[in-house]
Amino acid sequence: MKRYDTADCAVLKKAELAPGIFDLTVFCPEAARIARPGQFAQFQVPGKTLRRPISICEISREDGTLRFVFQIRGDGTRLLSLLNPGETVNLLAPLGNGFDLGDPSRRALFVGGGIGVPPLLEAAKPFGARAVLAAGFRSRNAVTLREDFESLGCQVRVATDDGSFGYHGLVADLMDDIEFDVVFACGPKPMLRAAAGAAARRGVPCYVSMEERMACGIGACLGCAVRLRGGNGPYYGHVCKDGPVFDARTVVWEE
Amino acid sequence: MADLKLNLAGVPLQNPLIAASGTFGFGKEFAEFYPLSTLGGISCKGLTLEERPGNPPPRIAETPGGMLNSVGLQNPGVERFIREDLPWLRKQGTAVIANIAGNTPRDYCKMAERLSDSDVDMIELNISCPNVKQGGAAFGTSCESAAAVTAAVRRFCKKPLMVKLSPNVADIGEIAAAVENAGADALSMINTLTGMRIDLQTRRPVLRNNTGGLSGPALLPVALRMVWQASSRVKIPIVGLGGITTWRDAVEMLLAGASAVQIGTVLFSDPYAPVKILAGLEAYLEENHLKSAAELTGKVRPW
Repeated sequence: MKRYDTADCAVLKKAELAPGIFDLTVFCPEAARIARPGQFAQFQVPGKTLRRPISICEISREDGTLRFVFQIRGDGTRLLSLLNPGETVNLLAPLGNGFDLGDPSRRALFVGGGIGVPPLLEAAKPFGARAVLAAGFRSRNAVTLREDFESLGCQVRVATDDGSFGYHGLVADLMDDIEFDVVFACGPKPMLRAAAGAAARRGVPCYVSMEERMACGIGACLGCAVRLRGGNGPYYGHVCKDGPVFDARTVVWEE
Repeated sequence: MADLKLNLAGVPLQNPLIAASGTFGFGKEFAEFYPLSTLGGISCKGLTLEERPGNPPPRIAETPGGMLNSVGLQNPGVERFIREDLPWLRKQGTAVIANIAGNTPRDYCKMAERLSDSDVDMIELNISCPNVKQGGAAFGTSCESAAAVTAAVRRFCKKPLMVKLSPNVADIGEIAAAVENAGADALSMINTLTGMRIDLQTRRPVLRNNTGGLSGPALLPVALRMVWQASSRVKIPIVGLGGITTWRDAVEMLLAGASAVQIGTVLFSDPYAPVKILAGLEAYLEENHLKSAAELTGKVRPW
């Protein structure tokens, strides 16, 4: 079986979860069969030179579907938000390495910021009640997927930048009194760095999902560089092929 | 069935479609989609004498009808390419073109000499990469330096030598003629145009390198014009590239004077583009009762 391929896929469901944040369920049985949590898809946007990389939020092998939750960031994602059920979109999927979930009997801390929360949902499933989600959003009306995590049995703690919902402040402040054996994080770089620091202080592993401007999505163009630690010093790995999930210890956090 | 085979400066190609350097890596990723023997050839990711880490990110920015990149020739170096990538690539049933870039004419010569002892089919001299500080574009932007580096490499190069020209010049015909006189067996043109984008919020250039190389559909008219202008100045074959997205673009490029084409940026939107372009080209030849793609080369009828 191919590791990844393109396919024209039917959009089955579409919803706007929060202003500018869209939820698409796409029928793509081939990709759904082999997809793993933390992987992503490249969406073709007619008229655009580059595809748009979007993380997989949920995988249903039974239904042959993938769920994607994405935010309008520019013209390309705006065009994707106009897709409706019954229409098709060309996907290149599944791409990248997903989360290495390891032993699901461990207590897992999921750390997500804004649109970094969706890729954590599928990864949280096997941990259920042993998972805590610490999620940060700009404000109350940007809070998404809280119920989805709660229905898995996860404890959810929310921080907002403006204090309009949950804790007023940084997600990093929510981590102090949580007991965990492993961390999975996706969000802005300072948040990932804080998650990596919290994990390092407790001596537990931390996996971070990184983002970088991307072209091919498969490792050929070398566009989406990320600085990593190697045996012979730092080098540039690539988000699409070496990631998007990295062991936090391998990432060079300093600019 | 029309015959798509051709001989490019002594290198037999099963069709005139070549993957452009920097967009196709060393072929492994695209081999997931279709056998690489689908392509006439592969121009490998640009090689330097020593391994290069490349430029810091962000390296990519989208533009209307195109994209900018400032990858900065990240590559494993010529020796590791020969040792680790070439043996696999050699077995894929397609022509292998080694694209080389150097800081000094000496670098180019050393690489050409080394690759002449390997089993690559052709060497493509990249004197036009806009994303590296030393050398690179500097060689490609004047007749004297382009001719000098071509002549120097010619003495060490036992393989057919193709020189990839920069569009960032005043008179492309002059450069093409100078490079032909210096001993090139073929030309490939054009490389990316130097460009820039600026983030309104941070007021910083989107690319960490400030500027980058523009590629994609926006380039096609410029590339067609330059191939057309160069083709009247040289006798050696021209491989046309720059913004080819559909079979129609490829046919235009042949009509403008190209003997073969390279495709690059379209692969990022549709990895199957080569398959579609070949099918379209075959159908066009069939419909027009042409026996080969070569019958299209230079057949534009200017006003």
